[in-house]
Amino acid sequence: MAMRFETSPAPHVIAGFSVPRVMFQVLLALLPVVLVQVAVFGPGLLLQLLVAGPVALACEALALRARGRDAAPFLRDGSVLVTAALLAVAVPPLLPWWLMALGTAIAVLLGKHVFGGLGSNPFNPAMVGYAALLVSFPLEMTRWPVPFAPGGDWDAYTGATALDALRTGLGQRLTMEEIFAGPEFGSIGGKGAEWINLAALAGGLYLLGRGLVRWHIPVAVLAGIALPAFAMHAIDPGAYASASFHLSSGATMLGAFFIATDPVSAATSDRGRLVYGAGIGAITWAIRTWGGYPDGIAFGVLLMNAAAPLIDRYTIPRIHGHERR
Amino acid sequence: MAPRSTFPPGLELEARKAAPMRQPLRAAPVPPLLVVALDQGSGDAAQPLVTAGARVRIGTPVGRAVGETSVAVHSPVAGVVRGVETRPVPGSAGEGACVVIENDGSDEIEPGCASIDWPTLPPQELLARIRRAGIAGLGGAAFPAYAKLAAARERSATHLVLNGAECEPWICCDDALMRERAADVVLGAQVLLHACGAAKCTIAVEDDKPEAIAAIEVALAAAADPRIELATLRAVYPTGAERQLLAAVTGLEVPHDALPPAVGVMCQNVGTAAAAARLVRTGQPITGRIVTVTGSGVRQPANLDARLGTPIADLIAACGGYDSEPLRLIAGGSMTGRALATDAVPLTQAVNCVVVATAADLVARGREMPCIRCGDCATVCPPGLLPQSLLRAITAGDDAEVARHGLADCIECGCCDYVCPSRIPLTARFRSAREARKVRLDERQRAAAARERFLRHEQRLAAMAEADRQAFEAARSRARGEREG
Repeated sequence: MAMRFETSPAPHVIAGFSVPRVMFQVLLALLPVVLVQVAVFGPGLLLQLLVAGPVALACEALALRARGRDAAPFLRDGSVLVTAALLAVAVPPLLPWWLMALGTAIAVLLGKHVFGGLGSNPFNPAMVGYAALLVSFPLEMTRWPVPFAPGGDWDAYTGATALDALRTGLGQRLTMEEIFAGPEFGSIGGKGAEWINLAALAGGLYLLGRGLVRWHIPVAVLAGIALPAFAMHAIDPGAYASASFHLSSGATMLGAFFIATDPVSAATSDRGRLVYGAGIGAITWAIRTWGGYPDGIAFGVLLMNAAAPLIDRYTIPRIHGHERR
Repeated sequence: MAPRSTFPPGLELEARKAAPMRQPLRAAPVPPLLVVALDQGSGDAAQPLVTAGARVRIGTPVGRAVGETSVAVHSPVAGVVRGVETRPVPGSAGEGACVVIENDGSDEIEPGCASIDWPTLPPQELLARIRRAGIAGLGGAAFPAYAKLAAARERSATHLVLNGAECEPWICCDDALMRERAADVVLGAQVLLHACGAAKCTIAVEDDKPEAIAAIEVALAAAADPRIELATLRAVYPTGAERQLLAAVTGLEVPHDALPPAVGVMCQNVGTAAAAARLVRTGQPITGRIVTVTGSGVRQPANLDARLGTPIADLIAACGGYDSEPLRLIAGGSMTGRALATDAVPLTQAVNCVVVATAADLVARGREMPCIRCGDCATVCPPGLLPQSLLRAITAGDDAEVARHGLADCIECGCCDYVCPSRIPLTARFRSAREARKVRLDERQRAAAARERFLRHEQRLAAMAEADRQAFEAARSRARGEREG
């Protein structure tokens, strides 16, 4: 008497990785950034997270419902929480709550679901939300608290960031020494920002170590910022800030390890990712140096998102047994 | 337990080969009824040579090879043919013609089998003997051994690589063979070298088989043949895949549109070499193979030297029978093996391993999520494809893009599936896309042939009409001439 069995295509085992596991590891890696930002700029970020998280989940549920999808597995996958968290750490901690909510809704609805949801968005959703807020509410989006301020009336303590102060100072024909003597500057980068960058670097190294992010994009982003900064600083140190300043100011490390590495909207192959990352870095440096906005990560990411399909076209790796192409 | 991706691409997987290796290699009992598939796994069946009632002995031909891709089939047992019946088989066809033979227990051997003085035999003669012996590649693909050897001879290949990598989890029949019959492997290497005309041979073994390596080293020392060497490879899945193995051993890449002899190399499984050695030692065709019977669902996992045609159910019974709750029966390993619907299928040359898998041996796939383009699949893909982009192109139905992303170059190793966090059954998608493409091409060919036939038919009709017209004209002018004359 023959035994009968279920059939199923090979392979019969898988590693058991899952999208939620990936996403929650990213959230975990973001923890140092949250802690350091709270230490530097006060607990505003926690309020932003409390607004962004629920709004993001609500928008995700709404959009999935409207698209006729089963919401539960997607709400559990954690990707929308990563979007919310990245946007929350990117905006100033004292942003009005309704702007945080608006930005989150734009990120989830316009950044992600109009394109077909998880895996289908050509642009980084968090950066779509960030850019929408930045161009619509430039004042609110550039008012950062003074780092390490004593508690109390936060409004009295908001001011420019180091990248802002650098731009303004150079516009006023101040020397680098005069500019860097300002209260916005720390020992190498922006005051406070250098600590946040260090925390993001730590989280990023964790992601690298766990194999959740590969080195190509972060290294290319950092090189894309550092190389032009180094070259121009060497040529004219009076007009261009150093590479170390750029690497430790603004959202450099956050952008390189957490934002640019969003795989959905990035280039595909290793070579493509090097091009993609280098583009983000170079655009960021150019916007910081010559552009109208204090930081350029968001626009760098969005512009290279748009270029990713083209990069993919020209960076298909050579297949075993084929000629170079 | 997270598998590491490796360079060259692949996976470090849990081997799961320990249990059967604790048992010595032993002969499986010969069952009372053998079911000898006329397709031994290459995809093409031999033509039956016997009918019900025929007396056969071990080695009596029962199937004649047809074309280049089927092998000759011989009775693995002495007895009486019950008939040629359609039965379930382990190959992808699901069922096929089998010669069913009742074992009379005498194990009488076909007369005239004598050892072959192979070194004095002209290579073409030796190739013919290998062909007549029905030896297929024993690594799993079951392609006729002589056809590969003949192609290598034709292209003057210089380097024979014997594949003892055995990289896939669970499978350890080659390990058992090399440990216990290393001399046969080395003798087989010499026979195959003579047959294919190559100048040197590398026996490639993964470094997780120290006993097999030691045994081969001893056999090599005894043979003292400077043409044959041993290479140990890092244990990475799928190093044993033909093109990957050849690249690892020789550093040569076989062009995508050519076979290994195009770059002067060829690959045979160590089991195939041992079968060739047995042929020259005894003169007997292939009637058995070593098969690993393993998995948590079988009581005493072991490697068995079993007669071809032994039902899988009997092999499992020979290993103590089913244990706990067997869920899936896999012919092959966990990465590329075929799930069998029933254990009433016979052993063929293609079946190197039978895994009786329980829930503990399998990983439930869970819900498929959208691709997040993480690229983990590309990191592990041995031929260097971008599986995620390939899947996209297939989903979009963009044939040009599918070709650009190398659907034809996929080796169906399953590495991309294994690492995919979205649990997308990539390999199955690629396989079905290839099948669909093949069907489309066949249809197109058939359509073209039909069009051709139709055009020729039209032309014939036109020619006939023209001939009729000319005959009529001729008759008329003749008639006119007669009237006028």
